[in-house]
Amino acid sequence: MAALRALRWRRRLPGLVPRRLRGTAESPEERPQFPGASAAFSDHLEFIQPQVLAGIPVYRVMDRQGQVLRASEDPQLPKEEVLKLYRTMTLLNTMDRILYESQRQGRISFYMTNYGEEGTHVGSAAALDPNDLVFGQYREAGVLLYRGYPLELFMAQCYGNARDPGKGRQMPVHYGCAERHFVTISSPLATQIPQAVGAAYAIKRADASRAVVCYFGEGAASEGDAHAGFNFAATLECPIVFFCRNNGYAISTPTAEQYRGDGIAARGPGYGLLSIRVDGNDVFAVFNATREARRRAVAENQPFLIEAMTYRIGHHSTSDDSSAYRSVDEVNYWDKQDHPISRLRLFLERRAWWDERQERDWRKSSRKMVLEAFEQAEREPKPPPRLLFSDVYREMPPRLRRQREELERHLETYGEHYPLQHFQK
Amino acid sequence: MAAMAAAGRALRAALPAGLWGRLAPLPGAPRRTAAHFAFQPDPAPREYGQTQKMNLFQSITSALDNALAKDPTAVVFGEDVAFGGVFRCTVGLRDKYGKDRVFNTPLCEQGIVGFGIGIAVTGATAIAEIQFADYIFPAFDQIVNEAAKYRYRSGDLFNCGSLTIRAPWGCVGHGALYHSQSPEAFFAHCPGIKIVIPRSPLQAKGLLLSCIEDKNPCIFFEPKILYRAAVEQVPVEPYNIPLSQAEVLQTGNDVTMVAWGTQVHVIKEVAAMAQEKLGVSCEVIDLRTILPWDTETICKEECFLNLEAPIARVCGYDTPFPHIFEPFYIPDKWKCYDALRRMINY
Repeated sequence: MAALRALRWRRRLPGLVPRRLRGTAESPEERPQFPGASAAFSDHLEFIQPQVLAGIPVYRVMDRQGQVLRASEDPQLPKEEVLKLYRTMTLLNTMDRILYESQRQGRISFYMTNYGEEGTHVGSAAALDPNDLVFGQYREAGVLLYRGYPLELFMAQCYGNARDPGKGRQMPVHYGCAERHFVTISSPLATQIPQAVGAAYAIKRADASRAVVCYFGEGAASEGDAHAGFNFAATLECPIVFFCRNNGYAISTPTAEQYRGDGIAARGPGYGLLSIRVDGNDVFAVFNATREARRRAVAENQPFLIEAMTYRIGHHSTSDDSSAYRSVDEVNYWDKQDHPISRLRLFLERRAWWDERQERDWRKSSRKMVLEAFEQAEREPKPPPRLLFSDVYREMPPRLRRQREELERHLETYGEHYPLQHFQK
Repeated sequence: MAAMAAAGRALRAALPAGLWGRLAPLPGAPRRTAAHFAFQPDPAPREYGQTQKMNLFQSITSALDNALAKDPTAVVFGEDVAFGGVFRCTVGLRDKYGKDRVFNTPLCEQGIVGFGIGIAVTGATAIAEIQFADYIFPAFDQIVNEAAKYRYRSGDLFNCGSLTIRAPWGCVGHGALYHSQSPEAFFAHCPGIKIVIPRSPLQAKGLLLSCIEDKNPCIFFEPKILYRAAVEQVPVEPYNIPLSQAEVLQTGNDVTMVAWGTQVHVIKEVAAMAQEKLGVSCEVIDLRTILPWDTETICKEECFLNLEAPIARVCGYDTPFPHIFEPFYIPDKWKCYDALRRMINY
């Protein structure tokens, strides 16, 4: 309406615009009036460079040898907290090794390791409130471990045994825990992103102190759901931290084939999101960025985007052999030269908070803990087959009740052809 | 709206004298056809208190108003709902309940449904609007792979039962491919969601309130051709009509006809025609809930051996929904009557 008025005014009364005001930002004809954007006019034809080479810098606190570069950036976490970070990362690593092996031996059907990305999990988890709601993709088990999820339940889900709170419904690594505010993982990628935004919106209305954190990989960020989530979070002013694990690969697809812009962080400003890129293998950098983003997201009701750069040292999953698409040298570089666990250990040793003997003892005891949980999970029977039918709806519809009865009758006659001996009655 | 009408009058007045007269349609030229059915209102119910004359969109507004009043966590969102919605279903709600409870989203159906699921995961009530059922497909993954499976896959640790998705549905006379679709069949075999389609304002309000209160994610399709055309006395206070229960509108002995939404009014007319012209007694059933559907009332494989003729399905043709050919495309009362006649003579 203002534009229309301005147009009519200019056409009918050109003499009324003083010469000194023409060509300045004062008069309406020198400032765009479009509802969609209000930046200044330009009379110079120039395409904006995506700035791929310069790019958004990678925030870090420690160098690759675990030395804090700038004292003011040291979060100065107490010793016990840093040891908890270290123990969580190494316990996760140990659990990964054993469960990966167990899949190769046919004991569980599938597994995904977190090798190389442990820093992104614990660095961010430590920066959250325990009640903050977490939506993950599938490579964030360290977040759940940091929150105290017992080994027994990780194993129960992977084995689909009778102790699995998920009732054996999903493939391994699809963990969930209501008590620890970790929403159950699902296989479709990026679907959790707009969901996390909706949850943040509802939480904003219900509890001014809680945040939502949403994890996803750089591959999932290509999905339409990611675009939807970013846009909704910004327009609806949601207290959410988007945490992208950019680990270099989406199965076999390297980042050069996933995007052409400056990674995921550079997309943030396009949506109106405050954004940062961090060294994902530096737990303190991850911690600092997540803590500040979380604090401000809640205080200001606006979303933040963190892109944590890291490297997927392991295969995508047990169904993948990554030697088919990348060199052993490349993997070894990250394993040996820039590993989040090594960097934190060097920091700990430099502080004399950890030493060889503790390392040896911890390796032994953590391995023992994992093996014990593992053996127990193996021995546990599976849930009763009737659990196949429940929780489709909150109440069981008559048709499902009939189908359950059909299966029971079927098993009475044909039960010998089914692995009933492994299942509870 | 008044400004636009005034602009129209001004335009006609501005045209050279006689031009509007010359632009009038020629006698005998085709006019846009009237509806293929006659809406048959149900009598005002007495058990729910005071009633008010409402059309379908007003009965939807009333249901949403009741839901927002009763449940402080409830929010209504989608494209253009803030100003009242393209079909006026949300008129007045933003003013009454505030902009944090009735709000526009960006234009993104996968986002709308995903966002709604997230709200529901926290336990709050999410009422999402998809502007036309024809545009629900970007949200198909969120509905089928996520909403429907949320409770099952988590072992009941999480659910999105407090999500309801509403969308205008079905033929409207001129909607063509993308404003006429009835996509319930795509969802009808997806365990975990409920699908409900009302035939009238009275049914719509009670069924929508049941969907909103149901602890499972529901899709509620609203026959858009009835938004203004269907008028009934509808209770002002909230009331519920149960889900997964078909309604027998008329009992009969010779032929059973089942339909939902707008088509219920078509088959009611066909039943009357059959009685009058053929002396045939028809049972008329409104399915109401497509999923989980009321197999007991409808009866299926158990009664297969009792059928005296094969089941006839009268639907649109296996083509996209056409524009100018709509009168030929839709399963009108003549096609239904003819199917019935052939069935009787089987």
